Formats: sequence, C-alpha cells, structure tokens
Amino acid sequence: MYVAVKGGEAAIDNAHRLLAEARRGDPDVPELTVAQIREQMALLVDRVMAEGSLYDPDLAALALKQARGDVVEAVFLVRAYRTTLPRFGASIPVDTGAMAVARRVSATFKDLPGGQVLGPTFDYTHRLIDFALAAEGATEPAAETEPRDDASTCPRVTDLLAQDGLIEPSPPDDGAPAGDLTREPVDYPADRALRLQALARGDEGFVLGLGYSTQRGYGRTHPFVGEIRVGDVAVEFVPEELGFPVPLGRIRLTECQMVNQFKGSGTAPPQFTRGYGLTFGQSERKAMAMALVDRALRAEELGEPVVSPAQDQEFVLAHCDSLQATGFVEHLKLPHYVDFQAELELVRRLRAEFEQTRDRAEMQKAAE
Amino acid sequence: MRDAPYPERPDPSPQPSPERERGPGASEAGEAGYNFAYLDEGTKRMIRRAILKAIAVPGYQVPFASREMPMPYGWGTGGVQVTAAILGRADVLKVIDQGADDTTNAVSIRRFFARTSGVATTTRTTEATIIQTRHRIPETPLREGQILVYQVPIPEPLRFLEPRETETRQLHALAEYGAMHVKLYEDISRHGHIATTYAYPVEVAGRYVMDPSPTPKFDNPKMDQSPALQLFGAGRERRIYAVPPYTSVRSLDFEDHPFRVQEFTEPCALCGASGHYLDEVVTDDSGGRMYVCSDTDICETRVAEAAR
Repeated sequence: MYVAVKGGEAAIDNAHRLLAEARRGDPDVPELTVAQIREQMALLVDRVMAEGSLYDPDLAALALKQARGDVVEAVFLVRAYRTTLPRFGASIPVDTGAMAVARRVSATFKDLPGGQVLGPTFDYTHRLIDFALAAEGATEPAAETEPRDDASTCPRVTDLLAQDGLIEPSPPDDGAPAGDLTREPVDYPADRALRLQALARGDEGFVLGLGYSTQRGYGRTHPFVGEIRVGDVAVEFVPEELGFPVPLGRIRLTECQMVNQFKGSGTAPPQFTRGYGLTFGQSERKAMAMALVDRALRAEELGEPVVSPAQDQEFVLAHCDSLQATGFVEHLKLPHYVDFQAELELVRRLRAEFEQTRDRAEMQKAAE
Repeated sequence: MRDAPYPERPDPSPQPSPERERGPGASEAGEAGYNFAYLDEGTKRMIRRAILKAIAVPGYQVPFASREMPMPYGWGTGGVQVTAAILGRADVLKVIDQGADDTTNAVSIRRFFARTSGVATTTRTTEATIIQTRHRIPETPLREGQILVYQVPIPEPLRFLEPRETETRQLHALAEYGAMHVKLYEDISRHGHIATTYAYPVEVAGRYVMDPSPTPKFDNPKMDQSPALQLFGAGRERRIYAVPPYTSVRSLDFEDHPFRVQEFTEPCALCGASGHYLDEVVTDDSGGRMYVCSDTDICETRVAEAAR
C-alpha cells in the first residue's frame, strides 16, 4: 500500500543499527584493532590513503574498519574528513632522488648506480595458498638484507639518461603554485600537474584498465619501466615566519618513471619521453598504470593523434574518480518513480499509437 | 512571520523565532565540532559568489569548487552545498524527493541540516523559506521570498548530444542550439512526439538553454515567471546555475508541435485532486494500480481539509 514509502526515519535508524551489527560480525570472534589493520593490511591502507589523498595510515585503517573493508567507502570517509581540514600551505617538492629506498628496480638497465633492490615484493612468489598462515603465531626467519650505505646515492634512471640528452628533460619548475583540483573546478584542457593530481587519486582499477588499453594498441606509447622505487622521503615545509625549510616527517611513496619512444618532430630530435606515476605507500600497479596514462595524455603536447580513450583528458579525468563514479552509478538505487512515471506514460501512448496503426493496416489488407 | 503575506527572507538576528519547531536533537549551535550548516564560512562565501554570478546570468552554468560532502555524489551534494551556503538561522527548511517529504533521502538531508544547523524544518510548502528538491516542483505555487534549491545530476543539457565540456561551452557561448532542436525534431519524425518526458530542456530569459534537472516536464511551466528564486546545484559536475524570480522559462518546442505536459486520466485516489502529478502505485500482482499525488504535502493538506 501507499504507506510503503512512509516511516523513512525509523527505517534509516534501524538500517544503521543493522549496519553496526554486520560490521562487528560474530561477537565471539575478537574485534580487529586499528593497529592490526594498519600493520597487516598495509597495502590496503596505502590504497585508501592514495585515493583518499590523505597520508594518515591510522585514519585510513580506521576508515577501513568502519567501512567493513570496502575500499571505496573507506576512501569516501577519508575524503569527507580531508575536506574539513584547514590548508596551511604546500610543502616544498619532495626529492625522490634522495629517497631511502626499500625497493628499486629498473627494467632498462641490468645494473646501475644504487643497484637493483628487490625489497618486499610479490613478483617472484608462487601464488600457492599458504595454509600455514591460517595457524596463527608462526614466526618467519628474518630476511637478510645488505646493509645500505646511507651515503650511497640512488640517482633516478631518467636523470642518467638525461645526461646524454637521450630523454626529454624534466620540465623546469616555473615557481607557480600548484593547482588543487579539490579546491578549484577543473578547467579543460587541464595542465599536466592537475592531470597527475587527478590520476594520483583516481580509482586504481580504472587507471589500471586505461593503462592496459594503451599497451593493447589504444594509444600505444611503447613503454619501458625506466625505474620503480618504493621508499621513504622527507617532507619539508617553509613556514613564512622562519623562511627556511623545517622537516614535517617522512612518508612512504612509490614512484614510477616510464620511458617511452618518441620519433621526434620537426622541432625536437628523436629522444625518449616520460610518463610519470607517484602514489602514497606501496602501490606499483597504480604508479605504473598512472605513468602509462600520463604519457598517453601527453599525446596532444607531443603532436600525436588523439584517438583513444586513454589519450582523451576529458574522458580520463571526468571518469577516474572512484567517489564520483560510485556516487553516480549507485544513485540509480534512489527513488526515480516520478521520472519513471513520465516514461511509462510515454511508452503507453506510443504503444497505443503503434497498435492503432497496425490494426488499421491489417484492416486495409483484409479489405483488399 | 507566518502571518506575513509571504515568508520573508530571514532577518539576520541569530535568535530563531520561538514558535518554530526544532529538528530532533537540534541545538542552537548545530553539530559540535562543525560550523553552522557544516560548511566552513570560506567555502560558503565561494559558493555564494557562484550563486550571485548564476543569478546575474540566468541559465548559465557557473563552475564552482564543489567540496566533498559527507554524503555520496548523486545523493544531492550540489543541492546540499547550495542550501548550506544560503541557510540562515531563522530559515525554515523543507526537503522533498520525488515530491515527498518522507522518502528516505529527503529524510536524511532534512536531518543533516537539523543536526548541523539546528534550523526549523517543515513539510509544509507554504511555511518553508527554503525548499530543497529532487525531481519535483511543489504543486502549491511558490511565493516571493521563497527559494527552491534543485539537486542536479547532469547540469549540461547538451551533454547527451556532445559529451565534451570544451565543445558544449562553446556551443553555449555562441547560443548554438541547433543540435537540440534537431534531436527534438528527430523524436517527432520517429515517434510522432517529443520523446523527452523529464529533464526537458528550457530556454531561460531568451538566452541560455538549461537543464531543469530531472523533473517531469509536467513541472516545467511552474518555472516560468516564478516569484521564487530557483537555484540549481550539481556537486559532482561542479556547476551552479539559477533562474531569478520573474524570469521567462520556455520549454523548447515547435510551432506545429507545441510543448505539452503529461495528463492523468484519473484523479488522486487519496485526495481526489486532478491536475496534480501522480505516482502510480502497484497494489497487487494482478494488475491493480492506484494513482496518488506525488506531492505529499498538498495531498495530506487536502485530505485533512476534507476531513474537517
């Protein structure tokens, strides 16, 4: 009956209580702590920080707990919190060349200054379920790592290539303040800094799919992984009243420098070009996909035809945000019965007219 | 204030008039730890600037720095931001979804403002100073001083003809709306009718073609020369636009195919009204249907009056 739409308030309250119960699960099973999530679901926490655009492992872990492990929902919680935080300024650019690397691999050179550092990676694990993990409390033997000489530098592969002019140089810092797409609406065409910002907080799955599409020929960029590095960098800030940088802390980042073919043009000699990816925490998949898409989005700048989705910045930037996408897709479950009624009326009318025409035609045929 | 000829815009005094009902759990200051009506004052100022520009250029979509709200995109974040930016302590807020005050999302948004601002809320169209809506315009004619805030999913009326923002912006600048007319013409040639039943495009003040939000075209005539201010907020798409009071709003049509609204053959089964937009309610699994007003306020008022 019509009362079906009544009582929304009580229904909402009860739904929230049910949600709280479902979140907790079986009360006989010990409750997860935020620290457990932060330490043992670290890559999930990293993803929530990256797409939430907020570096705070504890908050991301708490959001995951509240969201019952739903990544997009956790990102949502972090973003809604982030938007209320005051902005007191921008840090000076972090120096990934000075990163304390936990992992660093190059696919373009067998060996290079700083070396190849495998670090914690799934890359060469055999994906066999480890049933021993189900028995808790087991301790693994400690890993043997080579002590790293703090003085040993780990220059970026792209910097090595740049010495010979083989790769385009990094664009010089023009000193202009970086835009902030969370504070200003994107005005198309968006510059590269804004595009990278959008990709950095973009949905990992969407960016991954787009990056993959470039490899399969939809905007091919002939990529090589110049280098991936994962590690900690210092964040420094220059307070106006001091005038010199003070360290705020360290954050873990994943950086991917993709090296791509470029045949040159009338004005530029043949040289390699770059695609760039950077994420909070450890997320090589995201950083690599981001670098592929970044390079694809530079098509116009490099005089390449824009023919594929990954090269189309309006397509990529307008659809890469998981919150915007999930919001608009999921809003379809909200009531639409007013619009549906309008469509019902039209379809009924069109069908009645269709039948009239058909009946008339049949009568005419019978008469002939 | 209720006896005034029309609900006045609230006076700036911070004290709400005592006779108004307060939302459940509402406090004078609103939710602890958050600013009045959730948004910080800097954000409100930014949104108000966009609103003023939108009012100055009727039907033009003004980009604004939409914030991430504590409710999902698609749930009315644009409308919520507009309402938050214009809400004063003495305002009386009504929220409807599908014309009804008691649909879950309307309840949720009304509670959000009751909780974060402590303003009085109402379900009565005549009592409200601000009405936030999704998909309907109330049947009760609006009056001067009232503000209708629409939640908008896709603000760009040309989006389905041209997906690119860079292109549509240019089309608007040149008032190049031929494609829209061709689309409507193609409908007529294929179906004998313009097959757009909601979000039916309108021309505002003789200049910009505007999406009225997904209201049924039944409601389009109510927008024309309305004494109320109409504000449109699209959060995900980051646009605000407006129709100032007493502005012409014309539904696009052709001389030989004039604009027509939906007609219902039956009156409302609850209040007996005809000429209202009706919801079709399925009453059993053997084809039983009843038609009732989508605007719950006017329906309940009529039922109550009839009982008296």
